[in-house]
Parts: sequence; structure tokens; C-alpha cells
Amino acid sequence: MDLQELSLAVEKGKTKQVKELVSQAIADGMNVKTILDDGLISAMGVVGENFRQNKIYVPEMLIAARAMAAGLSILEPLLTSTGVKPLGKVVIGTVKGDLHDIGKNLVAMMIKGVGATVYDIGIDVPDKNFVEKAEEVGADIVCLSALLTTTMPAIGDVIREFEKAGVRDKYHIMIGGAPVSESFARQVKADKYTSNASDAADAAKEYLLSLAQ
Amino acid sequence: MSRQFTKLAYESLDDFIYGSCPHPVTCKNGMVIGGGEIYPEVNFTLPAMSATADTLTEAKRVYKEIIDGVLKKAHELHQSNLVIEFETLPQYTEHPEWGIEIHKILRDTMFEYEAKYGVKSVMRMTPNDLREMSRPPILRSGQYWDEMVRIFEQTAKDGADILAIESTGGKEINDEAIMNADLRTSIFALGCLGARDMKWLWQNITAIADANGAISGGDSACGFANTAMVLAEQGFIPKVYAAVMRAVTAPRALVAIENGAVGPGKDCAYENVYLKAITGTPITLEGKSAACAHFSPIGNIAAAVADLWSNESVQEIKLLSGFAPVVSTEQLIYDCRLMNTATKKGHGLLMRDLLVESDCYLDPQAYIMRPDVVFEISREIVKTQSAFTRTLNTAKLSLDILQRAVDKKELHMDERDESWIDTLRDQLEEIPEDEEAFIAEMKEEVDATKYNPSEYGI
Repeated sequence: MDLQELSLAVEKGKTKQVKELVSQAIADGMNVKTILDDGLISAMGVVGENFRQNKIYVPEMLIAARAMAAGLSILEPLLTSTGVKPLGKVVIGTVKGDLHDIGKNLVAMMIKGVGATVYDIGIDVPDKNFVEKAEEVGADIVCLSALLTTTMPAIGDVIREFEKAGVRDKYHIMIGGAPVSESFARQVKADKYTSNASDAADAAKEYLLSLAQ
Repeated sequence: MSRQFTKLAYESLDDFIYGSCPHPVTCKNGMVIGGGEIYPEVNFTLPAMSATADTLTEAKRVYKEIIDGVLKKAHELHQSNLVIEFETLPQYTEHPEWGIEIHKILRDTMFEYEAKYGVKSVMRMTPNDLREMSRPPILRSGQYWDEMVRIFEQTAKDGADILAIESTGGKEINDEAIMNADLRTSIFALGCLGARDMKWLWQNITAIADANGAISGGDSACGFANTAMVLAEQGFIPKVYAAVMRAVTAPRALVAIENGAVGPGKDCAYENVYLKAITGTPITLEGKSAACAHFSPIGNIAAAVADLWSNESVQEIKLLSGFAPVVSTEQLIYDCRLMNTATKKGHGLLMRDLLVESDCYLDPQAYIMRPDVVFEISREIVKTQSAFTRTLNTAKLSLDILQRAVDKKELHMDERDESWIDTLRDQLEEIPEDEEAFIAEMKEEVDATKYNPSEYGI
């Protein structure tokens, strides 16, 4: 079968069709990694580009992401059994004292779209929970979000918690949120600051690909 | 007993203007809001620092520095009437004694400036709606509600003039709906959940205000419509959805007035324009001079019918001229001075229309705030008393109005936005007109772990 058709179905957010086409591709004996890369992830790449070019909005991206997830759910057991690993693992959350979750959810969704496994640990997250989750799942990246000037310092607290636990160097720490800036990132010794969800996904992808090389 | 609104508070569109309203509010010091002049409302917050017991002393110093700077600037610029809003940080509501202490510093300084220099200022006290810190939210009891009551009561006793809040009932459902531009769920969140919470909440806030000599002010759907506005501004969600969200927050907001609030409505509540048309109560709004806090496509039009003009919030950081809250104060004072001079010279209506026309054709979120459109939507709202039906009908009418404006080529809209008018209409067509039937459908659809129906009495 032609993976272009699958890719197009993901772009259009046609969940039912995506499931059918993934099943068909498997039945045709197609390589599962090829289905993942050329049928699902490449489609999300197109969707992301359309978003960057202001052709579509986030809701259209979410519809596509849901269609991709539906296809992925069929592929996942086969990926595991054949030893294919996701692009990487990302833990994401909003820091202690901060209840804002929309920006964090956007980043999580877009990072999923580039093929990483995302563990969203929610809002108002105590410092140590970031460390515990990252250690538990063997994360590559930890993303921290804050929307208030008064919760922004908690980003530094989380990073110090990683240092205290002696595991700071194991993780690439990315930060974001309205009051956060490049200079703040330098100040708290974060590895990366991005100002929006698209850039965060690009930066995560770039870092995870660099690990694979 | 709830008040009912069955018609607009205005006979003529020409009377619907900034600085005055049919039911002005008189504060304890005699300052009248909505009595003919528009006044500044200044809000501020701490610089980047944590809000803990360890930093409380420094926080109190910063707040004192801010209020001295703001009032000194008002005195220097001959601004004898203004409102100060103390919108607490979540930690200062969660530890009410901290918020109470800071409020007292601010209020006492305001009393001092009034006695010494004749600068009449009024305190709007806005604690956080902590109830959403429980997930799913516990709305009508518990530690968080108790803390909110404590800070409302004590600050009112200490001289807070106006009690306000940005309440969050229904927001736990709406957050995800915004990301999906899911108007169906937003109507459930606002028209069914939010409206029910507002009734309970504003009966309670009004009781606290009455018992402690304060004014039951108003609410804001900031977490609903302003979140949509900011996300639309960033190109994440359709502007059409954000514009419709602006209008559909009005029926929810009206519940506060029906249950005792008298205004002035809160600054970030752009739905206030519909409230003013329907209830005649004074309102605060924010626009270009709130760019220190957030961008918007409604910088001028927001001022057209405002009675107080706000900066939303600004951090105590040093700019070239001085600290940012003082800078904001000066900007607001000059904005108000110009508008009041226009009124005095008999050009108030011209000023209003200039503020409207300079924004309204460029963005659907501005168009939906045109005074004539506000009247059209408000008339639809008062046709029924059901908050749900009001919300649904407002959404339908708003889409019709925006489509009409596009067809007449008087509203600029991107192609990708225009296509969303039909998408949103399709969503509305699937909503039953009967509220009970709709609630039953939504109870099946909405993730039951995110909200607690019994907290809303459904």
C-alpha cells in the first residue's frame, strides 16, 4: 500500500481511516518502523509546518495528533516486540504553586507529534516529583513551565533538586512560560529556553536526534 | 431574591458611553464611579520573587514602595480620584494573614494620601479563586473556600471598598475546550456549570460585603475568554472562536449582578460591555494601557464604554523613567484626562466612536464589542431568563453577526478564520435547546475525573 494515503489521513485527522490503513500496512508485511516514520511522524511534520506557516490552528493539529495516536496504538506492540524505540522520553509539568496548564499541554502535544513519548505530570508539581518521574521513566528531557513571576523561581528550585539528587547531568532541562526568558534560563542553569510551543517541539526533536547519533 | 433583567438599561445608543452609567456606585469616601468621568484603576504585582513566609517582609516593603509611588504620581498629576486593585498572589490568599497584612499597608497608605493631599482612592480587593486548586474543584466548602472567606471578610473590615474575584467554576472543563476550539463544551462550562457556580458564589460574596460595609463588585471570565484571546493572539486558535467566547461569557457574568453585585465590574472582564448595556452598572476595562500585561486586538475599543480604565497588572520593575506601576499610573491618568476633556467639551460621543472605529474592522474580537453590536447581543440575552439558553443564543447570534460583517466586507478576517464560522455553527446545531437534555449528553461526553457535577448541583 501507499503510505502517502496514510500520511494524508493523519494530516486530515481521519482517525478511523488511519486505523484501517495502519492495520492494512501491517497485514501487507510492511516494516513497522517505516509505517511509523513515513506514515505517521512525517504527517505530523507536515501538520507542524502548516501550523508554522499560519495555514491551520492548534485544534486542527490536535485532530491530526489524535489520528496519529490512534494509528500508533496499533503499531506500539509491534514496535516494542521488534525493538524499535520512540525518539525519546520527555517529562513535562507546571512548577509548584502554578495552576496554569494550557501552555504546558500545547508543548506536550507538539512534542508527542515529533515522535517522543511524553509523561505529563500535571500542574502545581512539587520539585521532587520531577526528579522522581524522570528517574522512574528514564527520561531524556524534562520540561518545566511557569506562568507567574512569583512561581518562576520554582523552576530554579526544581533544577537544584536535580542537582541535590546528583542526577542533573542525566537530563536536558527545557523551560518556558510567559515571564521566563533566555537570561533567566542562563541564571537558573537550564539547558534550553523556548518562547513558544512549536519552538519547544523543534528543540526537543533536535536534542533527541542528537542523542541518537 | 435574585434580580431579573428583561430589557436593556438604555433607551438610546448615544447614552451608552464611557464614564457614565444609569446606576453609578458611590463609595464610602464619596467617590462616584460611573457618575460622569472615567477614572484610572491601577493594579500591580511583585517582581520575580517567590511569595513565601521568608520573603514576606521584602514583599511588604515592595508593596509599600509601589503604593507610595502610585499615589504620589496621582497627586503630582492632579488626579484626585482613582481605584487601586489589590489582586492577591495565590499564596497570599492561601495564607490569608499575609494578604490581609499587605492589604492593610496599601489601604492605610491610601487613607493617608486622602487625608494629606486629597487624593481620593478606592480599594478593590480581589482574592484568588483558590477553589480550583483541588482537582476536581471543591467549590462550596473546604479549606480553600474558608481561606477566601477569611480574606474577603477581614480586608472589608480593614477598609477594602469593593470586593471582586475572577471566579473559575467550569474552567476545569473549559481549559481543554479552548485548545480544541470546542464551543459545545465551552457552552456547557459557562452556561451550565459556570452560571450555577456564579449564583452560589455571588450570593456569598454579597453577604460578606453587606455584613462588612463593602461593595459587592464584580467578576471576570478571564480564565475563559481572555485565555482564548491570548491564544488567538499567538495564532494558536481561531479569532472567531475567541470573539464568540467573548460574547458567550456575558450570560454567566450577568448571574453575579442578578445575585447582588452592583459593579464596578472587573477590569479584564470584556464581557462587562454587555453587562453595562443590560444592567446599567459601572464597569472597568483595559486595553492599550494594559499592554504591559498582555497584548490584545482591542486596545482602543475597550475604552469606549468603560467607567474605570485599568492597566491589568504590572511588575515592580525599574524602567528608564521610574518603576513600572508609576509609569502605568501616568499612562492611565493621561488616557482618562483626554477622554474626560472630550466629554466636557461636548465631544464624548465622537471620542467613543473614534475609539470604536479605530479597532472594530480589524479583528472579530473588536467587532463583537461595537456598541451597536453590544446592544444587539444584549437584547438577545434578556429575551430569556435561562443562563444556558442565553449562552447558546448568544453564540448563535454572534456567529451571525460576524458572518454578516464579513459578507458586508466591513470586517477583516483571514480565510482560515472564516472557515471556522461554519465549523462553530455545526457544533452549535448539535446542542439541544433543552438544558436538561444537554446536561445529560455532556455528562456522558465530558471526562468525569475533571469535574464534580454535584458541586454544581447537577
